[in-house]
Amino acid sequence: MNPARGSLLGIEHLEAAEILKLLQFARRMNPDKPRPLLKGKRVLLLFYEASTRTRSSFEIAAKSLGAHTILIQSVGSSIEKGESLLDTGYTVRAVGADVIVIRHPNAGAPHVMAQHIDVPVINAGDGLHEHPSQALLDAYTILRNLKSLKGLQVTIVGDIFHSRVARSACHLLSKFGAKITLCGPPELVPDIAITLAPGIRGTRHMEDALRGADVIMLLRVQKERLAGLRIDLPEYIARYQMNSARLKLAKKDAIVMHPGPIIRGLELTSEVADGPQARILEEVHNGVPTRMAVLARALGKMR
Amino acid sequence: MTGQKAPGSLLIKGGHLIDPAARIDAPMDVLLKDGRVAEIALPNKIKGSADEKFDARGLIVAPGFIDLHVHLREPGQMHKETIATGTAAAAAGGFTSVCTMPNTIPVVDSVEWIEWLRQPERGAVVNVFGIAAATRASKGAELTDFRALQAAGAIAVTDDGKPILDDAVMREALVLGGQLNFPVVQHAEDTRMTQNCSMHAGARSFRLGLRGMSAAAESSIVERDVQLAMQIPDARLHVAHLSVADSLRSVRRGKRAKARVTCEVTPHHFVLTDEDMLDYDSNYKMNPPLRSTADLEAILAALADGTVDAIATDHAPHAAHEKQMEFERAAFGITGLETALALAVTKLHRVQHISLARIVELFTAGPARVFDLRGRGSLGRGSIADVTIFDPKKKWTFDVTESRSKSKNTPFDGQQLTGKVVATIVSGRVVYSA
Repeated sequence: MNPARGSLLGIEHLEAAEILKLLQFARRMNPDKPRPLLKGKRVLLLFYEASTRTRSSFEIAAKSLGAHTILIQSVGSSIEKGESLLDTGYTVRAVGADVIVIRHPNAGAPHVMAQHIDVPVINAGDGLHEHPSQALLDAYTILRNLKSLKGLQVTIVGDIFHSRVARSACHLLSKFGAKITLCGPPELVPDIAITLAPGIRGTRHMEDALRGADVIMLLRVQKERLAGLRIDLPEYIARYQMNSARLKLAKKDAIVMHPGPIIRGLELTSEVADGPQARILEEVHNGVPTRMAVLARALGKMR
Repeated sequence: MTGQKAPGSLLIKGGHLIDPAARIDAPMDVLLKDGRVAEIALPNKIKGSADEKFDARGLIVAPGFIDLHVHLREPGQMHKETIATGTAAAAAGGFTSVCTMPNTIPVVDSVEWIEWLRQPERGAVVNVFGIAAATRASKGAELTDFRALQAAGAIAVTDDGKPILDDAVMREALVLGGQLNFPVVQHAEDTRMTQNCSMHAGARSFRLGLRGMSAAAESSIVERDVQLAMQIPDARLHVAHLSVADSLRSVRRGKRAKARVTCEVTPHHFVLTDEDMLDYDSNYKMNPPLRSTADLEAILAALADGTVDAIATDHAPHAAHEKQMEFERAAFGITGLETALALAVTKLHRVQHISLARIVELFTAGPARVFDLRGRGSLGRGSIADVTIFDPKKKWTFDVTESRSKSKNTPFDGQQLTGKVVATIVSGRVVYSA
């Protein structure tokens, strides 16, 4: 079965026009001025993995649109008792879910759900694969700070391999003609990474990566996903940590982004995290209107 | 096959016989009698009457196909497949003999279980040859009793699915196998390099966010095993479901050095690549995984040039609930018995222009040689009357709902194919006819 209309499984197969519509609609969304677009609808948040930002902002977004939210986490639900992904899906559908927001440690889990359940499925992060609402809120944030995505120099530093945020960001930025540079050690930025989308290059040197950058996106080293990979953290810090000196290599008005959670002293220093160029909390803030747009689209209310 | 009434005589008339071992590729009639091949002759030259006649006009008559690698899931996993259902699927796919893997529950690592597999109560409709575990419970440590297993009818040993990684254990297995003229089959995968991996490592796995199995995880084990086989007198190494180009290089080196090294390739590895899997469909998940286009091309060349000894299906049935789930958690493996010939004709013959004679060899004489299946793989006078009759031009669509296998996990459902089995004959008795 094809995914229900309004599903958002990834950025890769989303058309640029659709992304633009979402971003434009997000600009009209304001959680402080609630609009009951989804009045009486039930938004089911199915979280198989820990989350702070994504979960809370989907929840606030849904409530700001007048929807009810129901949170199911793997701990403390029948998932713990061994219920399969699809049986959980059928169950929440039978309970009356109008839309399912799912975060899952396995790539493709939302796709499998969407192939079997006849309500829109929103991917809130699937394993190493995609995190489409994050890419949308990042694009939203960039566009609030800089004029256009076209020709923009975006440098993404760190653990690209384990990052669904990076994959979604690359797909989105590439669709709008940004020039993307991936930077990190080979274990975290394999050569194959540049094949993800057109307009991506890779480098192992921060100096090379940062020169002329408009946007710097930092990523956390995902220790929980390394699965046997050994990363020498002191060396990582020496070569790839974002600090004030390195930030000077980028354009004067470059912005620094990070999907969070940030680890101060590892991928970035506190000076950078708290500095004037950081947009890290603005990203979190922008998550709400962006996800309002995503939810409205899911239920056909994005007009 | 015991307990069945003794077959009478059957005359297969008007067909085109392809028997690569006997170097026959010509119109011939074949008379089967008392479970053996009684006579092969030019059309209309067989005198006397037969109890039954089979009109094979327009069809290819071949020695019965042999599949070196199937999982019949007995004992222990009858919800996936049974010997009865698996061999029914084999018959429908033209296979008269299948070699079943020991990674069952419990592992087939004893004489008792090897004998159990062949008891009439299992309901097999084609010949079942047991492959025994190479190490106790396939734990990779202590060798099983090769001599006793061989005497009980096991035709080879393997720890399929759990490769023998320890150099000393593999050496010991090849030494003992060499002394007994007993093949050691290796599922070549350095599992230390493939933890949590669910597909081939490449651009596609990176894009899908799936951890990938590198080609080196296979080829490094094949290389080590071939090196050992070259050093150990009489050792017999068979590389199961070979899937990457570098493994072929090692196999070729071994063969050139006259080591007793053989290999098999599956239909899915000569038809599909890692780029073919869409939307996390676990019917594309198997081990070894679908590989790169370069690997597929190397396999096609090796099928044509003789490096590959056999086509084997690695028929690996799983219940729907073991497959319809998160791709990374879904079971590895696909069914394959009923599509193997058609995929070979469609891809290898019609697209790659590999001769039907070579394809038949890969299903008959080739596999018979790999495991020394005497009296099979050829239709010389006196050999066992296992025959496969197929129509190399018949176009058809594979419909998995009609599969005889208990499981439906295949990426080929709905596929238009050319080449269809018309009849399968085991010891002179028709066990399948279309």
